[in-house]
Amino acid sequence: MRDVALAEKSTIGRIFDSFNYLALCIFAFSILYPFWHLVLTSFAKESTSLSLGFHLWIEEWTIHAWEYVLSTQGVGVGYFNTILRTFTGSLLTLVVTLFAAYPLAHRDLPGRTPLTILFLVTLFFSGGLVPTYLVIRSLGLINNRLVLILPPALNVYYIIIMRNYLMTIDKAVEESALVDGANYLTILFKIIVPLARPVVATLLLWTAVFHWNAWFDALIYIRDDNKRVLQLIVRRLYEMVSASAEVREYWEDMGVRFPPQSVQAVMVLATIGPIILLYPFVQRHFIKGIMLGSLKG
Amino acid sequence: MLYLLLLLPLVLVVIFHYLPMYGVLIAFKDYRWGWGVLKSPWNNFEHFKIFFSSPFFGRVLFNTIYISLLRIIFGFPAPILLALLVNEINNNTFKKTLQTVSYLPHFMSWVVLASIISEFFSPTRGPVGYLYTLLGLEPVNWLNNPDMFRSLLVVTGIWKEVGWGAIIYLAALSSIDPSLYENAVVDGANRFQRARHITLPSLVPIMTILFILGLGDILEAGFEQIFNLYSPLVYSVADVIDTYIYRAGILDQKFGFTAAVGLFKNTFGLLLILASNFVIRRFSEYGIW
Repeated sequence: MRDVALAEKSTIGRIFDSFNYLALCIFAFSILYPFWHLVLTSFAKESTSLSLGFHLWIEEWTIHAWEYVLSTQGVGVGYFNTILRTFTGSLLTLVVTLFAAYPLAHRDLPGRTPLTILFLVTLFFSGGLVPTYLVIRSLGLINNRLVLILPPALNVYYIIIMRNYLMTIDKAVEESALVDGANYLTILFKIIVPLARPVVATLLLWTAVFHWNAWFDALIYIRDDNKRVLQLIVRRLYEMVSASAEVREYWEDMGVRFPPQSVQAVMVLATIGPIILLYPFVQRHFIKGIMLGSLKG
Repeated sequence: MLYLLLLLPLVLVVIFHYLPMYGVLIAFKDYRWGWGVLKSPWNNFEHFKIFFSSPFFGRVLFNTIYISLLRIIFGFPAPILLALLVNEINNNTFKKTLQTVSYLPHFMSWVVLASIISEFFSPTRGPVGYLYTLLGLEPVNWLNNPDMFRSLLVVTGIWKEVGWGAIIYLAALSSIDPSLYENAVVDGANRFQRARHITLPSLVPIMTILFILGLGDILEAGFEQIFNLYSPLVYSVADVIDTYIYRAGILDQKFGFTAAVGLFKNTFGLLLILASNFVIRRFSEYGIW
């Protein structure tokens, strides 16, 4: 069919093609340029070297802003906390999702419908921010790292997607394992999970991105600096940059100068770096996921 | 044994979803921390009366719905347009690269993007300021200008999600029966006629569903985006229900009052979602559940 389309080369068609390519190139530029601008800002020596406009290159490069941020802003602690929550949080979400989806995928499970409804209700109604905050406060979870991974561990959308996928797996597999004396836990991890690998991989990636990017829960529940995640360091710097007294002090001590917005740029790059680096390799799996998710939607 | 597996998910759903639902009771009470939800005295809808008669009620409700509608009017067609344009590209490498680039911002948090956007729109440093001077105009900072702030929300919202949103349409396009195109060519239809009469109609079912779902979500005006971009300078045009709840509830600790505001939003939102699902069921075999 593409051959047919290619064969037809009317003048209007060609003009349209040119405009189409041009429009899409401008669109791609609009996505990529802000990130490149950020890279240049992080290495800029003077505020003026990135004055007003689009810059594909800068004259003078310096790594002072990188040195400053990596040594003073608790980036190591931020990485530790973000990686910790991403790793434990993703695994916990996966386990909880499987524990809910696997039983509910059994059509003959007594009480299956009321149990499913119990989960579904939460998609339509929630207590809201303040009642949730009060529950977490009365559980003593304020300033406890568990608050970052326990509430998001239960994700009803994931449970539905997983349940729907597990329902497509042949029952005979499970029955023969039961006859052989395996228990459900063994069957789940030894047989079902390998069979459901595409969904498992997709859900793990989704949760990992969620945890890497999450900040609001940390903002309202976490107090200590040593439990702060990367996203919150970015947020704090963003709020601070206009004042930037700390940065100016550092300039004077070191006898070097770099624009305050470089500090912010470095912090952003440090935060999104891992995503950008992994992105080309894993993006296919996200696309697979969106199809799984839209099966019923 | 299967029920044992369900134990952990059930405990979590009860603690983090059903306990807060029960906690909503404080919306009707004069909540005191030491007394808990049950013992705090009822207060005869005082919180609701205060909220509905405060100037904030009109402001946040208007901003929420207005911003959501702007997002639907401008944001809804954007991924469809992108999908149609991408669909006309014959060069596969270009197509793949473009798509990969297009959904990059989807994977970034609004914290990070707000930081990038504020640099980008800076009137003294950013490229947007430069565009203003090119046109001989005084640069305007969209982040703290009440006339421009909603446009900023809509534009950056589209920028972040358009590529991701186009995926589902492109998938629908790839499932069109090629023989339809072949027959159209035989019948002498040109490219635009084929796009108009084959490609676009094939997207209508998905468009309908996403549109109605969008209407059901009208009270979700995009908290994370607004919260990270706004400042007191633009509260008049940017303060939505969720940002107001955050400031009154978490910062000012007016728990009972904000629970009432939240309950108002959730009830209203529930009605909208149920209505939109009802409409979808009426008009297609889809529906969410």
